[in-house]
Amino acid sequence: MATLTIEGVRKDFGGTQVLHGIDLAVGEGELIVIVGASGCGKSTLLRIVAGLETATSGRILIDGVDVTRLEPKDRDIAMVFQNYALYPHMSVFDNMAYGLRIRGLPKAEIAARVRQAADLLGIGGLLERRPRQLSGGQRQRVAMGRAIVREPKLFLFDEPLSNLDAKLRVAMRAEIKRLQRRLGVTSLYVTHDQVEAMTLGDRLVVMHAGRAEQVATPMEVWSRPANTFVAGFIGAPAMNFLAATLAPGGEAAVLKAGPTLPLIDGRRPLPDGAPLTIGIRPEHLVVASDGPFALRVDLVEPLGAESLVHGLLPSGEALTVRLSGSSPLPGAILPLSAPPLNIHVFEAESGRRVDGLHLPRNPQAQGAVAGASVANGAADR
Amino acid sequence: MRAPEALAAPAPVAASGSRRLLPKGTLVHGFLILGVLVFALPIYITLIGSTHDASTIGRGEVPLLPGAYALDNYASAWSEGEGGARTGFRVPVETMLFNSLAMAVLIAAGKIVISLLSAYAVVFFSFPGRMLFFWLIFITLMLPVEVRIMPTFAVMVDLGMVNTFGGLVVPLLASATATLLFRQFFLTIPDELVEAAKMDGAGPLRFFKDVVVPLSMTNVAALFVILFIYGYNQYLWPLLMVSDRSLETIVVGITKMIGSGDAQSPWHVIMATTVMALIPPVAVVILMQRWFVKGLVESEK
Repeated sequence: MATLTIEGVRKDFGGTQVLHGIDLAVGEGELIVIVGASGCGKSTLLRIVAGLETATSGRILIDGVDVTRLEPKDRDIAMVFQNYALYPHMSVFDNMAYGLRIRGLPKAEIAARVRQAADLLGIGGLLERRPRQLSGGQRQRVAMGRAIVREPKLFLFDEPLSNLDAKLRVAMRAEIKRLQRRLGVTSLYVTHDQVEAMTLGDRLVVMHAGRAEQVATPMEVWSRPANTFVAGFIGAPAMNFLAATLAPGGEAAVLKAGPTLPLIDGRRPLPDGAPLTIGIRPEHLVVASDGPFALRVDLVEPLGAESLVHGLLPSGEALTVRLSGSSPLPGAILPLSAPPLNIHVFEAESGRRVDGLHLPRNPQAQGAVAGASVANGAADR
Repeated sequence: MRAPEALAAPAPVAASGSRRLLPKGTLVHGFLILGVLVFALPIYITLIGSTHDASTIGRGEVPLLPGAYALDNYASAWSEGEGGARTGFRVPVETMLFNSLAMAVLIAAGKIVISLLSAYAVVFFSFPGRMLFFWLIFITLMLPVEVRIMPTFAVMVDLGMVNTFGGLVVPLLASATATLLFRQFFLTIPDELVEAAKMDGAGPLRFFKDVVVPLSMTNVAALFVILFIYGYNQYLWPLLMVSDRSLETIVVGITKMIGSGDAQSPWHVIMATTVMALIPPVAVVILMQRWFVKGLVESEK
């Protein structure tokens, strides 16, 4: 168990900056998921932590010890790769034992540790096989086993599930979470899949274009996204964004689509008429005969228990609604309303979230304090 | 092995149009048998010739049935050799075969080891002038032994290696072709494997020994066959480098046994020598082929 601190890590690739100063404090035994679209720098960040890539500036501390200049092998970390990177010419046993042999552990201990890890992962019967004789899920387990036997301070996962089929991915996802809880090893997990991120992470780091847009618990990222990027990235189907302006007094938003939405969680500290982006999740819109939105239904996607209804508002803006039960026919006009508590307000230009002045709920501030205390704790030690 | 089947495929199509007079594939097999005869006949004649006495072949006959002198011919070629018609010296096949075999094995092994190491350096390390060195190696591809034979000989003279076994082997040790082949293979080793080894704590030499070399064994086997035969067939370089007949290689030795026409060539012994000269390369091909195929099957993904 260890803490990990990332301080102001930047990375240039020949003049192109891919990481613009990342700060992160990971507590003992925490599972942090770094999520973002491809090319956002999440894998680069992981590789910098692993020591496979050097940061242009900034520091990496494991257990308070600066490892920025250390080789990967001296950092006491283990990594699970996307394509597993098993040694094709070695048996499963040898694959798992290789790192221990290099460290010069006694044979009996190596055998015991490998056996134990294999039993834990349910691959005890496959130890004599070669990687190519295994299925994708089994290879995945071997890759995990190779990381576990090392008993490292830190696990790094680089999109470990993206080569598996959908069903296996869900099963392995749960298994990784269980395993990480059981072993209690501090972990960094990189993925582009937001469902994986939401289900696995104790906290998420949502990355975009080399910046950490938000660091918070999954539920907080979902319920209080820090900006329009995070709001649009987390949640499926994606959040609806509607253009609006702030009504005089700051206690309501006048939508371009027509209706005025009251902002019941408080006045927004912005000038009158300030351009806003209003975000409403598809699952929060409800059908109401007196609803202020008149959606012209364009396309209905039935998902079984629910349907996704895509349509256009009179203003020409697209809107998606998630409805349970009967779904309307294309061409129909669907009256909708949005519960005032589930409205997200963002500044139109910067995309930054704007909270009401008197907050009825305030988890973000608490989360930030908790994160900071972890960071301080790590620095102290 | 698969060639006959592959070639046989179109035959039924052709036959189905007309009346099928012959079993399918007859034509194809006929051609293949003809091909085998064309290539095998000279070897057969050599084999038969080596079982007759000097006078039978000396009369200009080309016997097609085995004669009675096989044991005599082979025994005398093996332990005594026949006088080089031009030089008068006798070198037993025993000696020549050993020289050739040792030279070919050392050349093949040396080329493989050096190529593995140089390709490893060029692919997995970044150092100043990496591409320059790669191109320097690559350019020597275009220079066969014959082109650089004068300077190479001069260097060997300066080093005092003329007429030594080292002189036979050393100038042929490096191989640009093998370096290039290993480089291309190493480039296909996924980066993740290198990184996984780094995370496991393997240093560069450890990675080379534990991962790169085992993964290259298929290529090594294939290259060994090619390079062994290359070394075994060397003619010009040993001819130039060695005048001490105890260092004679068999390829050079056979040509020296053939007379210039003043005296009769001992064809019966020459043929026996030739047959024995055939054995090592054939053995290497047959033995390594098994290995090679096994390697191919194992690395299948």
